[in-house]
Amino acid sequence: MKPFDEMIKTGDEVRPPYDQLKSWLDTQNPGRLAQKALDAENVFRKTGITFAVYGDEEAAERLIPFDIIPRIITGNEWRRLSQGIEQRVMALNAFLDDIYHRQEIIRAGRIPRELFTHNDAYLPEMVGFRPPGNVYTHIIGVDIVRTAENQFYVLEDNARTPSGVSYMLENRETMMQLFPELFQQIKVRPVETYPKMLRQSLAAVAPPGCNGTPTIAVLTPGIYNSAYFEHAFLADQMGVELVEGGDLKVENGKVVMRTTEGNRAIDVLYRRVDDSYLDPLTFRRDSALGVAGIMDVYRSGNITIANAPGTGIADDKALYSYMPEIVEFYTGRKAILENVPTHRCSEPDTLKYVLENLSELVVKEVHGSGGYGMLVGPAASKKECEDFALKLKANPKNYIAQPTLALSTTPIMTEKGLAPRHVDLRPFVLVSDRIRITPGGLTRVALKEGSLVVNSSQGGGTKDTWVLDD
Amino acid sequence: MLLGRTANGLYWMFRYIERAENMARLIDAGLRMALTKTSDAPEEWSSVLMSAGVKIGYDNKYKEYNASLVSDFLLRDPSNPSSVMSCVETARSNARMVRTALTREAWESVNETWMVLKSTLALAVPETDLPRVLDQIKRETAIIRGAFHGTMLRNEIFNFARIGTFIERADNTARILDVKYYVLLPSISYVGTTLDNFQWESILRSVSAHRSYRWVYDIEYSPVNIADYLILNSRMPRSLNFCYSNIVDNLKHLAIDYGARHECHDMAEGIMTRLENNDIRTIFDNGLHEFLSDLIYQTTGLSSKIAKAYNFD
Repeated sequence: MKPFDEMIKTGDEVRPPYDQLKSWLDTQNPGRLAQKALDAENVFRKTGITFAVYGDEEAAERLIPFDIIPRIITGNEWRRLSQGIEQRVMALNAFLDDIYHRQEIIRAGRIPRELFTHNDAYLPEMVGFRPPGNVYTHIIGVDIVRTAENQFYVLEDNARTPSGVSYMLENRETMMQLFPELFQQIKVRPVETYPKMLRQSLAAVAPPGCNGTPTIAVLTPGIYNSAYFEHAFLADQMGVELVEGGDLKVENGKVVMRTTEGNRAIDVLYRRVDDSYLDPLTFRRDSALGVAGIMDVYRSGNITIANAPGTGIADDKALYSYMPEIVEFYTGRKAILENVPTHRCSEPDTLKYVLENLSELVVKEVHGSGGYGMLVGPAASKKECEDFALKLKANPKNYIAQPTLALSTTPIMTEKGLAPRHVDLRPFVLVSDRIRITPGGLTRVALKEGSLVVNSSQGGGTKDTWVLDD
Repeated sequence: MLLGRTANGLYWMFRYIERAENMARLIDAGLRMALTKTSDAPEEWSSVLMSAGVKIGYDNKYKEYNASLVSDFLLRDPSNPSSVMSCVETARSNARMVRTALTREAWESVNETWMVLKSTLALAVPETDLPRVLDQIKRETAIIRGAFHGTMLRNEIFNFARIGTFIERADNTARILDVKYYVLLPSISYVGTTLDNFQWESILRSVSAHRSYRWVYDIEYSPVNIADYLILNSRMPRSLNFCYSNIVDNLKHLAIDYGARHECHDMAEGIMTRLENNDIRTIFDNGLHEFLSDLIYQTTGLSSKIAKAYNFD
């Protein structure tokens, strides 16, 4: 069956949100558009908007391909999406608070206790501790896919350290430079307030003992990290320091950074370092990326860490299949945004079903991310399916399976003109004193014809995402 | 207030950009000398390596001195941390690290230099292409300097970058003079021969001062004037006097901004006073080599005192 295309209905009929864009595109000279696409690539390369691909030494720094055709969402579609997202992040924070305290949801029998007992993402160090403002996951990227006019699914909740927001911002910046005339014709809701909102959001959850303007810093693993560009970009846009583990230490019960004028205390740390590297005294002892003793400072309420350690449990793929129950349990309402139906391979009957239908399913590692270690059944060879079946049988608990969704398509520019490609959407959400959602988000697009994998590490690209101000 | 690591990154970023440019000049001067029939080319290349401070590394790798080996070692060799390509790589890494402290223009100029030189220096440069490549390197570093001067706020960030530039430059000028100090001594060399003239011009050329010298002094080269120009002249942008007066100025700004003086301030001002209250005759009388090697030593000491004062040691 032909997937849902966001621009073209059946035949030649254009969907209304794309009306203006399509008529503009029809008047454009293809050569000029191709030139614009090249211009965009040069801008990205010159600016150094690159990412590193692990294990790919030759091309240590690569560009994420950028497609110049925007993806368009109507104001109405967005209202529904943002209500769903808001409901979901409220539930996630309530859930985190609950499982590190009374665990009502387990007592109520809605989710099994085993999900936590053998899960590295659940941190005993967080039990009984309440972070400032009662916020656990401050910055969230909710991955959403679309399969029909009114059918959206949440693919996953990135509740730890979602990346990609800098691409959302740079994509818009680039589009406005390339096609100013389009922005005059079509009213698009702005995204560029994100860094300011991030700063406000982080400041609002400063520790209670912090007087005056809180000192905020972004903690990066350093220039060799794949998302370093984004870390530097956000620190710069917020006007805060970009620190590494080596700049920080614990002094008199505070986390301080070494500056040209001596040591300065940090109140809020937006960390882009994983939990296990955060504190060598508490977690991985070999970590040079974190700060020895930061967990003690944190637990005594002298610093806010965003996102809180231990939030990873909320976006664990094993837990994902319980999200409808979780949302309902904490908000008292049915989830506005649906989950993709998910098979838990840990259950013997399900495993049997999954093995029998491998060529039609998408199978993911429970703890995996970035598109690594997954099987897309319909796109895999017989051999790949057989190999994967062996891994699956050896450790069924490690996998979940989902039907292969017919992700919607939007047009991209190819050498032969416009052609549809599958996309997803990652809106970015900020939670602190209130919830702030930037209209749109990052659209990731699978550039290969027919491919469903949008991850940048697997050959995906990005697009500017327009939410219409209608 | 800056992170200590940021100050460190700025300081080294600009030291390495300065060094890349100096390498290009040294190769240029070496090429010129090698073209003169009167000179002993291998001897010249050996002293170029000495001025660049990389002779030991070179000798571990090669047995002979010639234009193509030496220029390749100074331009592209990844095992030579001071080769132009290594310098540009290091400068760019530092720039990435301190990116939040740079303007978009300043960062992009460094990034573009890296992209351009990476492709220019991907393969060995044929001798016939050397002049073009050396020009290109000098042009690229000039663009970085221009972007930096044209767009950066004159604050602590600027000061640390400038201190890096001038520490590197002072060290470089002092080394060039020290390696060739004997050709400037009247007692050893016979004044007025063609060889001397070439040697002197080569010294001036390696600091891009062979033309401006004539605007300041006689048309004829004289060793005393050359030394005066490169050590004491306060207007010559690569002289020790000029370097130190900039170091002192930038340190002064930091002291005012931060409301604190450190040991490095006294030390830099002490060296400056020695340069201001000296004349070239006295320096020759007391020993040019002694003066220069002491200055190199002091500059290294000052560098570590600055790092200590501003928490980036």
